[in-house]
Amino acid sequence: MDLHDSKAFTRRAFLGRGMMLASASLAAPGFVQGAALGLPSPSAMLSSLAGVPEDRVLVVVQLSGGNDGLNTVVPYGMDEYYRARRGIGIGRQQVLELDSSQGIGLHPALESMKELYDAGMCSIFQGVGYPNPNRSHFKSMDIWHTADTSGTGEGWIGRYLDSECVGFGKGESGTLEGSPPAVSIGRDTPLAMQGMKVKPVSFESAEVFRWLGEDHDRALKGTYDQLNRREQASASASNADFLTKTALDAQVSSDLIRQAVSTRPLVEYPGNGLARQLAMISQMIRAGLKTRIYYATLGGFDTHAGQGGPNGRHAQLLRQMATSIQAFYRDLKAQGNDSRVMTLTFSEFGRRVSQNASGGTDHGTAAPMFLFGPMVRPGVHGTHPSMRDLDGGDLKHTLDFRHVYSGVLDTWMGADADAILGRRYRPALVLGRS
Amino acid sequence: MASVSAKDTRQQAERQAREDLRRVWEPISEAEFGFAEARHLLWRAGFGGTPGQIAAVAGLGPERAVDYLLESPDVRDESPAADEFDRNIMRPYIQQEEQMAAQARRTRDEDTLARLRAMRQQAQGQDRRQMREIQRWWLRRMIETPRPLEEKMTLFWHGHFATSYRTIEDSYHMYMQNQRFRKHALGSYKQLMREIIRDPAMLAYLDNNDSRKGSPNENLARELMELFSMGVGTYSERDIKEGARALTGYTFRDDEFVFDRENHDGGRKRIFGRTANFDGDGFVDGILAQRATGDFITRKLYEFFVGDLPEDMRDASPAVDSVLGKMRLTFVRSGYAMKPLLRELLLSRHFYSEDVRGQRIKSPTELVVGGVRELRTPVRDLSALLDAMDLMGQSLFFPPSVAGWPGGRTWINTSTMFVRQNTLAFLLTGRRPGGADALADRQPYEPGPIMDQLRTALGDGDDQHIVESVLTYTLGRQPTHAMDALRGPLAGRGGARDGEALRDMLLLVTAMPEYQLC
Repeated sequence: MDLHDSKAFTRRAFLGRGMMLASASLAAPGFVQGAALGLPSPSAMLSSLAGVPEDRVLVVVQLSGGNDGLNTVVPYGMDEYYRARRGIGIGRQQVLELDSSQGIGLHPALESMKELYDAGMCSIFQGVGYPNPNRSHFKSMDIWHTADTSGTGEGWIGRYLDSECVGFGKGESGTLEGSPPAVSIGRDTPLAMQGMKVKPVSFESAEVFRWLGEDHDRALKGTYDQLNRREQASASASNADFLTKTALDAQVSSDLIRQAVSTRPLVEYPGNGLARQLAMISQMIRAGLKTRIYYATLGGFDTHAGQGGPNGRHAQLLRQMATSIQAFYRDLKAQGNDSRVMTLTFSEFGRRVSQNASGGTDHGTAAPMFLFGPMVRPGVHGTHPSMRDLDGGDLKHTLDFRHVYSGVLDTWMGADADAILGRRYRPALVLGRS
Repeated sequence: MASVSAKDTRQQAERQAREDLRRVWEPISEAEFGFAEARHLLWRAGFGGTPGQIAAVAGLGPERAVDYLLESPDVRDESPAADEFDRNIMRPYIQQEEQMAAQARRTRDEDTLARLRAMRQQAQGQDRRQMREIQRWWLRRMIETPRPLEEKMTLFWHGHFATSYRTIEDSYHMYMQNQRFRKHALGSYKQLMREIIRDPAMLAYLDNNDSRKGSPNENLARELMELFSMGVGTYSERDIKEGARALTGYTFRDDEFVFDRENHDGGRKRIFGRTANFDGDGFVDGILAQRATGDFITRKLYEFFVGDLPEDMRDASPAVDSVLGKMRLTFVRSGYAMKPLLRELLLSRHFYSEDVRGQRIKSPTELVVGGVRELRTPVRDLSALLDAMDLMGQSLFFPPSVAGWPGGRTWINTSTMFVRQNTLAFLLTGRRPGGADALADRQPYEPGPIMDQLRTALGDGDDQHIVESVLTYTLGRQPTHAMDALRGPLAGRGGARDGEALRDMLLLVTAMPEYQLC
């Protein structure tokens, strides 16, 4: 007898790196922009929920690679900044001023963000980090995702979903009326969203959030639907029934989400990856999904070389972030959903104070964190880390990021932040007076 | 008169129930062991099989089939070897580098420190790429192995003594640990417990390399009892504290375990009510002498091979309760040897009962490896398969926590359901998720050989018979609604002789919710 099938298998999978790179390039999603489908107006649909926390949404934007905080929120009033950054420093004249008393301003590429700030829709927390900072991308990202300095355990959002079971409700399969509890746009599932019980829905584009076998032969779709859209006659506790129910949920969810993102956004978005993700999220919100958490990512912040100053690579990334978020809120406002949606940005670490010999910056520590939305407490909060009292050439953080998480969970999501974060972090004041 | 007869009936029912309970642990007879039973055995003790393999296993009869899986006596291991991995990527600084770093720190030589940091970051990048290679190696090994139970048990131990690369960032240590699990896959749990407290990956993962006399780190001592042997609530805080002292000085240098006598606390400790100068082995022996250990490991093995257990064990059926008792007895009596336990379990009537067969949700690894092995599809692209497994919630060498993968229904939600269906569609058609046709794997899937085997095993016949046979082989059952639906794709085409039509049918079968079960 032969339980050894090796000869039957193709070896072309083992061609090595070339193949790996080729598959990585599949990342380009086909964004669907079809005609508007005349969905019901969600603001009207949800009006009965106004003010009730259940309709509040949190969008997390991850800036991957380690965003250079000092060239984002620029301490132009500190001479040490210019001494450390002779090539890439942002001149005092170019900075978009935020607070003249502190000598703090925004990178000139953040004009859109300055407009949000001036409209009272942007909250800036300075010097955010955690004790004994880790400079490994991997490790530090895990620390931010788990809200635990060991970087192990479930994600902070996953624990939120587990403990609140929000938008998750009765079904073990993690849907409520077709809405997943959390949606992540991207190729992998962020650790932050992994709970013990609740797993997020993730897809790179809604186009693949469906059965792809039908692309092979359209004629199969009818039979596929027969097999996957089966109402349970009786709800038994068997795994088979659980799977049948989840399969049906998946079909409903897929219809809902794909229909949602096939509509045209109410405003123009810039042409970059983050904008595409936020447009998809905005369409899901507009379609009335009961999803509470969305996750989007903008990569490329690992600027070891040639990061540029007022212009260049880093400036481009900042502009992408700011213009996308501005378009997102314009869209949400046109929908009447802007006051339901808070956006939080973070990066795994900031960068070193001194630029390196390649016109870039290496992995550092503390950096600013932003919150967006009409509900946030506008302004610049906390203290900018000292540029003199450094820790081996790195900034010392002045605010632990878990205070910000705590504030968002506690006051915006109405959750038990202490239980979710595993201990008490005094909630940062994140909401403005309304 | 009436009351006597009621009593008789009750006594008779109780006798019958006792008799039934006794029978659950009896070995299945030769006559009861057919195609369906062999299919079940191959899925649970391996990763499924082709119709030809199932028929061959059925032909052996239960005893020889189980022995074959356990002993694989005449099987030459042609599985991919892996001696080409680089053990030096994450090696510690050699003395010269150490001195250079110390000097630079003293003199605040930022240039040198930056260079060393850059070197370190470069090494980390290289090591991540090697981790990816090791992932591909193991996945390929599971797909190709002639000894599926060995790989299945390796997977079990990986989930049991869960260690994640994310934390330790040393791919060679992960590889060494994986080889250790394979070496003892069907050996002795006792031996594995002794080795795990000497395993560099585990020592780093649970911080025991920083555990010193006077300041013991309790992480390993706690998990050794809570997750690796006894289960929560079966030991005291004192057992943890004293156990941690016993494990001080268990560390490693480069790739080797080192017992650091200087940092070992050789004093007297009180563990499980006994006092002695316990070291790590003494602590492990104490753990193995606890009744809770046999119970806990038995339950974990039951869930891996047989089925889900209720959260509260008082809700378990009498049959399950009885089986767990028998398993524990065999396991403990043999000194925690795996083979006697698995032999009895894989031969037991309970293992083949209706309540057990086709009720377990496949893990992502079982789904992917099993899909290739069962349907004999091309492997396509291991990296794409690993990405898909990650999306399904199981990334090999990256368990979510020291508790491993919770498994069961937590594998399934609306998102993973599509990923599962689409991964099988990828294996069958070469069409990648995302629809990038330029990169589609054009190698066609040929169902011909599989169908020939199926006809040999289950007989030839009309379309109806073909659908029945395919369902028996892929699902282990024939749901009525599927019978009706699946005749469609065959109708008006060449029937069983038409490769296209058969592949279409398999595309639909593997997209059924029921295909997630084994």
